[in-house]
Parts: sequence; structure tokens; C-alpha cells
Amino acid sequence: MARKIRILIAKPGLDGHDRGAQLLARSLRDAGMEVIYTGLHQVPEQIVKTAIQEGVDVIGLSILSGNHMNIFQAVATLIEERNVKDIIIIGGGIIPPEDVIAIKERGWAQELFAPGTDIEEIINWIKDKTQIVGRP
Amino acid sequence: MPDVLKRIVAGNEIAVSRLIKDIDDGNPEATEILQQLYPYTGNAFVIGVTGSPGVGKSTIVNQMIKYLRKKQKSVGVLAVDPTSSFSGGAVLGDRVRMQKHATDNGVYIRSMATRGCIGGLTQSISGAIDILDAMGKDFIILETVGVGQDEVEVARCAHITIVVVIPGMGDGIQTIKAGILEIGDIFLINKAEREGVEKAFCDLKMMIDLDQRRIKMVNGTIPIIKMEAIHGKGVNELMASIENHQNFTKNCNMDARIKLRKERVQYKLTELVKKRIVDYIFKQLTESNEFDKAINSVMEGKIDLYSACDKLAFPILNQFK
Repeated sequence: MARKIRILIAKPGLDGHDRGAQLLARSLRDAGMEVIYTGLHQVPEQIVKTAIQEGVDVIGLSILSGNHMNIFQAVATLIEERNVKDIIIIGGGIIPPEDVIAIKERGWAQELFAPGTDIEEIINWIKDKTQIVGRP
Repeated sequence: MPDVLKRIVAGNEIAVSRLIKDIDDGNPEATEILQQLYPYTGNAFVIGVTGSPGVGKSTIVNQMIKYLRKKQKSVGVLAVDPTSSFSGGAVLGDRVRMQKHATDNGVYIRSMATRGCIGGLTQSISGAIDILDAMGKDFIILETVGVGQDEVEVARCAHITIVVVIPGMGDGIQTIKAGILEIGDIFLINKAEREGVEKAFCDLKMMIDLDQRRIKMVNGTIPIIKMEAIHGKGVNELMASIENHQNFTKNCNMDARIKLRKERVQYKLTELVKKRIVDYIFKQLTESNEFDKAINSVMEGKIDLYSACDKLAFPILNQFK
């Protein structure tokens, strides 16, 4: 069985800075994953429904707009409501350290990666948590 | 009826998504479920959209979804993108152009990667089509990879195949090889606001008219439609053509329809059986070390590729003689 890691990279809200997201998408592809990229200006409903339809293992939210608390809460709530809690939520962007702690403590995301995080670190974290080796 | 079956037939997206994933990953249990789903298939009308990268397939598909939703029809979309042969990964971005429909319960969009399959589609595509069919979708749209000339697989899976080109392909249209030209039921010249649209139209028309055999088969008309998908121009014409074709195939004489369906079944069955047999035999080879030994022998110059192949294949083939 050739199981592949599928990950959704989403840009919620009005934030138009997608360079990081696109770079990450390409890096994850190079690591053997299937990356679904939804483009900009996504609302939480779109993100979660897309995640369900695409059968992703992970949702990655890229937020540089400052609205991270609302967005993570909204996405986590929808995930709970739709009963798909096996989907792992991660994220990155401009999120102050105290908010990072709060988001993780409330279970809205499993991990958040600060700007400048080594991409290898993110890749290994994902592979470890999804426990799929993902052969080419 | 098993639970998962009930849920798929009832349109549960989570159940549908899980089964498509299992088929895609080659989970043998999934094939059993597919077998049980089969009686619930056969209702959806499958539309294939193919053409080179950048011609606007996703934008066109987006417009088609919009049109069909206005008519209260439910739509499933399978958008295929290529898997990188180096990393085995893929960026699946067709969805970006369709995200306005992402919260519409009547639309199910799934992005799929080729995972090494050639011909423009995926190993799992037939299964995925059946699942969306059983789920109750009225229309299923297949968007192929877009390599350009070799994408004929789509014609075997779809009731109708749309080939998309753009003006200014220069010699591009002239060099569209037999394959892709032969499978188009409808031709679209997208980005028709660009220079060269009339030449593209004439070039296409000339090449299509030369293929008299096909023209007879499709009731005498293979439409060439000029489109500006991003502005919605030409969409009504396209959908009217599709409806025409739908009616044509419905009214078509029974024999021709049965023949077409038989060809489709034959093709699917051939692929399935071949894969099952080859996978099994090849697995034995790779598990036994013989394959690795052969690779090393070739690398060391002890034997050439073809002789190595003979050495590996003969013992297996002899078992059947």
C-alpha cells in the first residue's frame, strides 16, 4: 500500500502574504507529500469542508494578519462539530508567543511553527505525527 | 447493507472521502466495498476536460459547476495534477479556481495526484468516479493533468471529452498529435480574446474535418467553441453542446450504446486484471532478491539489460507453459 501524507495549506481571512505558504507547499511536495493549496481568502467553513473532501491528514493555517485567535478557534470548533478530530491542525505566521501557548492549551492546534523554523523540522514533525513514511 | 455503503449512498462526505483515499492508496479492503457499490452506479454523466497546462481547464470547470448548480444539478469534480517523479509528492492546486463552491453542499471536489500513472489520470480514477456516482452526483467532471498530447485515458472514463486549446499556440495546434484530436467531442478555444483565435479555429476545423470516421460516429458535428472562461463567455454554448451530446447518446441506437459500454468495461477489466496479476508476480521477484541481484549485475557490466530481463522473466513464464 502506497500511503501518502495529504496536507491542506490554507490562507484564511484577508491576509494576502502567501510566499511562506507557497514555499512550504513546495517543500512538503519535495518531501513526498500531497499538498492541497486552496489559495487566499478562505473562511473557516471552506477550510474544513475542503479538508474533509480532500481526505487530508493535516490542516496547516498560515496567518500573518493578527486574527489568529478567532480563526484557530473557528476552525477547531468546526472540526469538532463535523466529528473529524483525527485531522491534525498546525499553523504558522505572525503569532505572539503567549498566543501560541493559548492556542495549544485550548487544543485549537497541535503545534505552531514560528517564522524561521527549519522546514526539515516541520516535515519531520508531520511525518512523525501522521506515522506515514510516504514512499515515492 | 454495510454501514459505509449506506453512508456513501446517503451522500456522507466523510465516508466518501475515506473510501476514495483507500482506493487511491491501494487498500485491498476498499475494492471489496467498491464491488458492493457497483449497483448504485450508472446514473452520473461524466465529462472529461483535457488540454495543455495553462489553457484554463480549472477556470472552465469552475464555470461549468456554476452553470450546473444554477440548474439544481449536483456535481462531483476530480481534478488531477502530476506527481513529481523525483519526490513522489505533488502540489494540487486546481481547486484554487473552484473554491467559491467549497461550501456548497451540492458540490464535491477532490484533488488527486497521478502517482506515477501515465495518460493523464490516476490508477484510482474509475473507482473514484464510481464512488461519486453512487453518492448521487448528477454530473462528474474529470480534469486531467494537461500534458497535452497523450491524454487519451480520459476518453475511456468519460461520456464526453472536451479538449481545450488557446490561440497563439503557433505550430502547437498543428502539432497536436492524433491522440488528443481523436478523442475530443467538443473543442474549446479558450482565452479567445487573444490574437490568433481565428487561425486557431481554422486550423482545428481543418484537422477535425479530415477525420471523417469520427464525424460519422458523433452525429455529424464536433463543435469548436470560442470561450473566455474567466469572463464566462461561451459557457452557455458549451453547456448546450454537452446537453446535445447527452441527448444524442441517450437516443442513440441501443447497439451503439451497448458497444460503447462494452468497450469501457473491457478496458477497465483489462487494466484491473493486468494490475492484479503483474503486482503479484512482480512482488515475488522483488521479495526474492533476484531483482536486486540483476540490477547489480547490470551495473557491474556482467550482463546487459535485455539478458537480465530474460533471466528474470523466463522462470516465471515457464511456470505457465
